[in-house]
Amino acid sequence: MENYIVEMLNITKEFPGIIANDNITLNLKKGEVHALLGENGAGKSTLVSVLFGLYQAEKGEIKKNGKEVKINNPNDANDLGIGMVHQHFKLVEIFTVLENIILGVEPNTLGFLQKTDARKKVMELSGKYGLKINPDALIEEISIGMQQRAEILKMLYRENEILIFDEPTAVLTPQEIKELLKIMRDLAQEGKSVLFITHKLNEIIEVADRCTVLRKGKYIGTVDIKDTTKEELSRMMVGRDISFNIEKKLTEVKEVVLSVKNVTVPSKLHKNNAVKNISFDVRGGEIVCLAGIDGNGQTEFISALTGLEKVSSGTIILGGKDITKSSIRKRSVSGMSHIPEDRHKHGLILDYSLEENLVLQRYWQPEFQNKGFIRFHAVRNYAECLIKKYDVRSGQGPITMARSMSGGNQQKAIIAREIDKDHEVLVAVQPTRGLDVGAVEYIHKQLISRRDCGKGVLLVSLELDEVMNVSDRILVMYEGEIVGELDPKKTTVQELGLYMSGAKRNTVKEIDNAE
Amino acid sequence: MSTVYYLIQNMLPVAIPLLLVALGGMFSERSGIVNIALEGIMLFGAFFGALFVFFIQKSQIDPQVIILIGMVVAGFSGLIYSLLLSFAAVTMKANQTITGVSLNMLIPAAILLFSKMFFNSDGITTNMNFYIRKVPVLGDIPFIGEMFFQKTYLTVVLGLFFLVISVIVFYKTRFGLRLRACGEHPQAADSVGINVYFMRYAGVSISGILGGIGGFFYSVGVLDGNVNGHTGVAGFGFLALAVMIFGQWKPIRILLAALFFAFLRTLAYSVVLIPFLDNLGINQTYYKMLPYIATMVVLAFTSRKSRAPKAEGIPYDKALR
Ligand SMILES: Nc1ncnc2c1ncn2[C@@H]1O[C@H](COP(=O)(O)OP(=O)(O)OP(=O)(O)O)[C@@H](O)[C@H]1O
Ligand SMILES: [Mg+2]
Repeated sequence: MENYIVEMLNITKEFPGIIANDNITLNLKKGEVHALLGENGAGKSTLVSVLFGLYQAEKGEIKKNGKEVKINNPNDANDLGIGMVHQHFKLVEIFTVLENIILGVEPNTLGFLQKTDARKKVMELSGKYGLKINPDALIEEISIGMQQRAEILKMLYRENEILIFDEPTAVLTPQEIKELLKIMRDLAQEGKSVLFITHKLNEIIEVADRCTVLRKGKYIGTVDIKDTTKEELSRMMVGRDISFNIEKKLTEVKEVVLSVKNVTVPSKLHKNNAVKNISFDVRGGEIVCLAGIDGNGQTEFISALTGLEKVSSGTIILGGKDITKSSIRKRSVSGMSHIPEDRHKHGLILDYSLEENLVLQRYWQPEFQNKGFIRFHAVRNYAECLIKKYDVRSGQGPITMARSMSGGNQQKAIIAREIDKDHEVLVAVQPTRGLDVGAVEYIHKQLISRRDCGKGVLLVSLELDEVMNVSDRILVMYEGEIVGELDPKKTTVQELGLYMSGAKRNTVKEIDNAE
Repeated sequence: MSTVYYLIQNMLPVAIPLLLVALGGMFSERSGIVNIALEGIMLFGAFFGALFVFFIQKSQIDPQVIILIGMVVAGFSGLIYSLLLSFAAVTMKANQTITGVSLNMLIPAAILLFSKMFFNSDGITTNMNFYIRKVPVLGDIPFIGEMFFQKTYLTVVLGLFFLVISVIVFYKTRFGLRLRACGEHPQAADSVGINVYFMRYAGVSISGILGGIGGFFYSVGVLDGNVNGHTGVAGFGFLALAVMIFGQWKPIRILLAALFFAFLRTLAYSVVLIPFLDNLGINQTYYKMLPYIATMVVLAFTSRKSRAPKAEGIPYDKALR
């Protein structure tokens, strides 16, 4: 009998219409990094939330060091030394890093805050684990990476020995991911136990000792990483083989569908322009990828392209029509579909039902309304049809609230809506962020099917693998400019990296301007 | 110079109720509960304060001591009244704006009814002199003495005292830190073991206490200890909301905003004393619109930049993610 620091035995947790955890068992050893793997909606976040006391399981028990414990709220979890970095950070934006770290366990005399000692302790921890932070910076002013370090320090400050990370790498840059994985290993070496949720199999292979796999709320198994492979893990996870190589047939490139000419976009953060005079074309039947490190103007450019922001100069031509000043609706009708970067903010109305979200781009068409009144049965039929065609899974079908759906299925709903409407060009911004390998494969297939239908696809991605495998042509953005145009078949990841970091540049062939 | 003294002496008793009520609003909103009910809470506090004064005025107790006790009575009644808001908004998760509006409508009517029944008038008229001609010693300091310690009310000093306490509680204590977290990101507060419901009850209760006291101070410093069901507190509760927003939900800025509005109001009532304004020959009634028009203008221009507590107005529900 091994001795485990935490045992979660036969945990069952239900939500309306769905059993999120069905009789799941998970054992955590002291000093190990334990990965938790599963498709979107498999119940990973639910399971760790039960351990952290955010949800109460209907059935099952939790043991710490062999003794049964009740965890009714995060306070109980904290008393047992359990800490968690949530999928969506729980930081107060207008507080400083230090204030966020001590919140809830504030050192005080008679209720008055005593920050000096706390600061010393935080800086010691920061130095010891290489978690660089500025204790006096406001959360709203620091990078996502530093916010995450603040979250980790929050756990270490509380001297937690069981550390839960819910998809910590989904929001980080490749460099930050490397640092984080190293920190996790260091923590495990120290004797802390790390429970780590991720969709990226490479990360699991690199950092974890063992991995527990869930599928659709059920326990599939726990494996030692030493004796397994990526392929086996993904088979356990989705129940079939996943191909990591993307198959693309050759297609004919057609005429230009989207043409961007000398577009400049001002920045909201600083006085310089975020996007500086960029020009390129997207043709029907090709996937053009806008690559680059986060924060080099991609977000601002996409906002201008899709009409969320104004350009300060330049023109955007879609299917022969100048849409530079058109409204978002007009752009959509003229043939632009958009899978936005932030699916919660720009992709869905979280408190609307799935069916309402699915007709957001079309409810005004005669098919769905009559003199201003929505034709509900038409909406329902259409939604059911899309749900089936694109395999969008949810607790209650068309009437599920978008908020309660898992990330992957929220993304599938957006994709269904955007692909199913008439379009000439599909703008997809980080469409696979936070998604499981099955969903990633699915989305890549959808993008490629658009291309094969002769549509243009503009893909914005931060992930090198995706950039190299999916695209037909790569444009690298650096500091608001396009610094290189590459052919994925003739280039290497290393070379791409050089362009992305600004170390190398070539002048873009100015085909578009020659016309 | 004497005009300046006059303006300051008259401005402060007006500024103090605005300050206190706006600070109350700040505590409530920074904990996450929109408090439109301030007008009602003020009037409730003013009414019980005045009622207390009415019954005690025959005794030989010193007027300044009566203010102190009246303050406690008013603060306590404000607290009780605010519990209706917390119960509806926190426990029952009701819409905070509607709850606030209904609490505001209830009070003037209740006061009128009560006064008609028991006093056969529209309100409570007391006969007490709270005015301080000159504070001994301090009143003799050149300039300062005349500005702050002559022809004034005890309420001014008390109000500033409450401001200092508020700043300390808000920024220097564990309680303040937790309260502010609940108004910004209640899920974050919850995840580190803070009881969001309790903190919100506390925030609204403080606004009840300060609102009630503010109402009583309004009745003392502006209405000479009377309360009337028709005119109520003349929209001061709403003005305090504007002061709070103009003050960006921060105590020191709220003080400045309160002084600004009080100055405008005092100016409007003292037009005859200022030759330049008097010579313009505009009917004085127009000037009385000044603080209210300023509210609209100021809010129209500052609202774009203002940053309200992020979670205010949204009932906290543990189950949502
Ligand atoms: N608060 C809730 N109310 C209703 N249903 C919920 C709630 N939380 C989760 N669910 C449902 O429970 C299931 C499991 O969700 P969970 O968030 O645990 O998945 P996950 O494995 O973390 O997925 P992802 O990889 O997308 O984060 C999903 O179908 C989800 O829709
Ligand atoms: Mg999750």
